[in-house]
Amino acid sequence: MFKVIANTQLSPNVWRLDVMAPRIAQVRRAGQFVIVCRDENSERIPLTVADASPTEGWITLVIQAIGKSTRQLVELKPGEFIRDISGPLGRPTELAEAGAKAVCVGGGVGTGVVHPIAQALHAKGVNVVSVIGGRSKPWVFFEAELKRYGQVVVCTDDGSYGRKGFVTDAVKEQLEAGGVNVVYAVGPVPMMRAMANLTKPYGVHTVVSLNPIMVDGTGMCGGCRVTVGDQVKFACVDGPEFDGHQVDFDNLWDRLGMYKPEEKNALELFQHKCQCNQ
Amino acid sequence: MSITKPAVKDRMAIERCVMVEQDPLERAKNFNEVNKGLALETALRESQRCLECKKPSCMEGCPVSVNIPRFIGHVMEGDFAAAAESLALDNALPAVTGRVCPQETQCECHCIRGKKGKPVAIGYLERFVADWSRENLKKDMEKAPATGKSVAVVGAGPAGLTAAGELARKGYDVTVFEALQKAGGVLVYGIPEFRLPKKIVQAEVDRLTRAGVKIETDSIVGRTWTLDELRQKFNAVFISNGAGLPVFMNVPGESLKGVYSANEYLTRVNLMGAYKFPECDTPIIKGKRVCVVGGGNVAMDAVRTAKRLGAEEAIIIYRRGKAEMPARVEEVHHAEAEGIRFEMLTAPLEVVGDENNWVRGLKCQKMELGEPDASGRRRPVPVAGSEYVIDCDVIVVAIGTRANPLLTATCPEMKLNPKGNIIVDENGMTSIPGVFAGGDIVRGAATVILAMGDGKRAATAIDNYLKK
Repeated sequence: MFKVIANTQLSPNVWRLDVMAPRIAQVRRAGQFVIVCRDENSERIPLTVADASPTEGWITLVIQAIGKSTRQLVELKPGEFIRDISGPLGRPTELAEAGAKAVCVGGGVGTGVVHPIAQALHAKGVNVVSVIGGRSKPWVFFEAELKRYGQVVVCTDDGSYGRKGFVTDAVKEQLEAGGVNVVYAVGPVPMMRAMANLTKPYGVHTVVSLNPIMVDGTGMCGGCRVTVGDQVKFACVDGPEFDGHQVDFDNLWDRLGMYKPEEKNALELFQHKCQCNQ
Repeated sequence: MSITKPAVKDRMAIERCVMVEQDPLERAKNFNEVNKGLALETALRESQRCLECKKPSCMEGCPVSVNIPRFIGHVMEGDFAAAAESLALDNALPAVTGRVCPQETQCECHCIRGKKGKPVAIGYLERFVADWSRENLKKDMEKAPATGKSVAVVGAGPAGLTAAGELARKGYDVTVFEALQKAGGVLVYGIPEFRLPKKIVQAEVDRLTRAGVKIETDSIVGRTWTLDELRQKFNAVFISNGAGLPVFMNVPGESLKGVYSANEYLTRVNLMGAYKFPECDTPIIKGKRVCVVGGGNVAMDAVRTAKRLGAEEAIIIYRRGKAEMPARVEEVHHAEAEGIRFEMLTAPLEVVGDENNWVRGLKCQKMELGEPDASGRRRPVPVAGSEYVIDCDVIVVAIGTRANPLLTATCPEMKLNPKGNIIVDENGMTSIPGVFAGGDIVRGAATVILAMGDGKRAATAIDNYLKK
């Protein structure tokens, strides 16, 4: 059992959960994830470890509430428990060398995933510029956290906060200015695809973190298979981070939609139940 | 109850019992266990068929050398408690093996009664005794005095549970590290409820925990813990983490929606309860026509699961003939009775998708049997021009698994074979002193009973090693 110690809403659909998981807090590294299973009948959901304190024993999970399972997770109050958390899983981020310049791009919930990467890069002595975005001001989060590791550029689609426009525009400026050695981009599939397309002509190595549908997270089920270059890889053990210029984003996007009707059905039943209980 | 054993000639006259099963049409719609077990009178009568041979050949075929005539003899006397005790000495999980062992190629095929007629139903009797014992005896494990030494077991599948039980009995402090949220390994994620009810596995796990075995779920050795850490904390380690890496067909279209590995398909249904969706949160694509590629027990489990999930047609695609299928004979019979279609001598070439990248069919090719290959089975050879498409909306790939490299990749000093399986010596010890291994991570995908045999032998070897 894993005790929730804090639950903070970060944006209209993103929450931050701090959970006691001492062993994982001790050994996790940037880029790794855990599999969370809230209860006996819950799904196993992969979530990146966004932050951790090895001394205090907590880990941070940044969760976008979209379906039934994620909505149930973000409803957890401090003092309540998550039944199962296993990890850390996946390969740690391949960090750029000290003195290099890295641009860390976060879109939506991906900002939570990019946070530990920026943190680890900074600790290694890499010059970090973070570019984060949301549709408007309430959707932007982790600006202060990322500022600890370097410059932060905030973009909103409507210009209500930071600069108006997409993260791609801000990253393009960074690329044009030169000196960028690597880009780490995490966000919705269309954003990561756009980012990979943007950086390719500049020849800048671009790392993306993929979040396909998974069951066990240990390489056992193969449900998370993604096409990278001409090879089939398991995101859980070979990734979750891959060379963005090699990833078949169409296939990833497609497979992410495999359970759309079932997810909708489960969510509707869940919402109906919630209404009845009110 | 004490019963006099009948004379041998009277025993010869008794016909082999018939297992009572759920009606095939009924059971193809539910996940309840197919076999209902033997009634007490039936078990007694079946036990009387055993001739109690002086040199029992049935035992030769058993990977854990169960003393078969001894336990059956106790059944014959009506002393089921003694039968259970006798079984427990040789076999840590009799309720499991009585259900899932391929008796027809192990013990029953050696039975003298099989020479003229049908062999004694050893598997059914084993299951009877184990079930009777679970329901009627509340006896905990008898343990040797504590040795003061500790052993870590990696993986709570059949090999790990067996080793843990044996080691606890010998007085060791045992901790089992399990990657998933439940103990049982393939017994809970792989083998379906209709063949092995999960409450039976849970009862075995509970028996171990009552005996002081600690089970750490959500603990992945190679990630959460390193092998070196376990070596520092424990006096010995037994690795039994299985062959959990699915093999795919490597044909075009395998990334289309609706293609599953058998591991994923069965894990969703068995471990995660997807057959109860939306009561359980994990979904599964049910499919109207489901093709399962493969001919082993896993393929049978998957195809019968598909039928139970509501498939109008569930089809086995196998590149050899029915006689070459490695599945248990009983599973094939059960599948046939449930209306499973068998497309034999058929090999998959390509997964065909629709405009939305969902599976629409499986392009196959007919095969014919040629010369025997390395396995002794006749090699399937493609028939030119025989390509055709089987319409289907779900495909399950059940053509085997390989060694999962998660743990071994983190200890480069451990010797592996070219397939990634751990190499062990005659005592089951790896190239790292004090680290033993067994089950599928050593053998490649094999059976529950072989894994259990490894666990049992490793426990003895570990005991000898730690006594030195």
